[in-house]
Amino acid sequence: MKITVSGQSKEYREGTTIKELLELEKVEAPLYVTVSLNEKFVPNAKVASTLLKEGDKVEFIYFMGGGR
Amino acid sequence: MGLTNEQLERYSRHLILKEIGVSGQKKLLASKVLLIGAGGLGAPVAMYLAAAGVGKIGIVDDDVVDLSNLQRQIIHGTPDIGKPKVTSAKETLHDLNPEVEVEALQEKVNASNILSLIQNYDFIVDGTDNFPAKFLINDACVMAKKPFVHAGIIRFKGQIMTYVPGLGPCYRCVFRDPPPPEAVPTCRQAGVLGAMGGIIGSMEALETIKYLTGTGELLVGYLLTFDALTMEWRKIKLPPARKDCAVCGSHPTLTTLIDYEEKACALQ
Repeated sequence: MKITVSGQSKEYREGTTIKELLELEKVEAPLYVTVSLNEKFVPNAKVASTLLKEGDKVEFIYFMGGGR
Repeated sequence: MGLTNEQLERYSRHLILKEIGVSGQKKLLASKVLLIGAGGLGAPVAMYLAAAGVGKIGIVDDDVVDLSNLQRQIIHGTPDIGKPKVTSAKETLHDLNPEVEVEALQEKVNASNILSLIQNYDFIVDGTDNFPAKFLINDACVMAKKPFVHAGIIRFKGQIMTYVPGLGPCYRCVFRDPPPPEAVPTCRQAGVLGAMGGIIGSMEALETIKYLTGTGELLVGYLLTFDALTMEWRKIKLPPARKDCAVCGSHPTLTTLIDYEEKACALQ
């Protein structure tokens, strides 16, 4: 199935969860990344159980704390 | 009141922009902006806002200029080492544009002073380097109904978003709670390319000027991200404000400000 991750459409196997996607995409500090699925926030507690489906759009929103 | 001949010349490149013009310039001259942090982000923001003729600029920072700051904090120079950053910044801004009033506040923002610091300003700019400060600025601005622009930079990456009360998600809607100390690197630990402050700080200055003059579309409800290694910008549409957000939601549970422990920059 095709999923758009961070603006890029890629192929993933059926039944991939958001947690697995975070691992597949080698997301740094995944516990502290906000995930939006089809422009809705995914609660932390649902990251492991949310199954992705064809056409989903996922964004990873990273903490960025520097600036001074 | 009209603009003086000197102002007509100084701001001539603004005045010929139909989106700014005399009325926009007058708005800038009558505006008050508070910058929290006079470092990598705060330096370009302060300089562009002063050059643009923002009437009053407040700068809050408790730090003094250090040699390691000069790789990116272009508002300070080598002779300023050891000087309070707010003093050094005020001197640079005065040279740039003496008609701008600069309020130099050499202190650290915290839960007990931030509300009184922001209350006299129209727009707040986050130029801080740690999550406790970023959450504090968000929460105080939400509570005081003040618009602000958030930004962060690290290594070769940067992000920016704007909050306007009632119009979109706040920083806490997006990030919930500060990460535990050391869980996410900051630029002191991870490094940052100096020019990143220029890129992202200039974006903060743009958002500020656009807000003050009512020009264009703000990054409200969007997070703009930049990766200098690939030169890729992404404007990510954020979900709407969370109804259950602890600070901006319909039943806020966070009603007093929090001084989170600042350990994110342990490797100073």
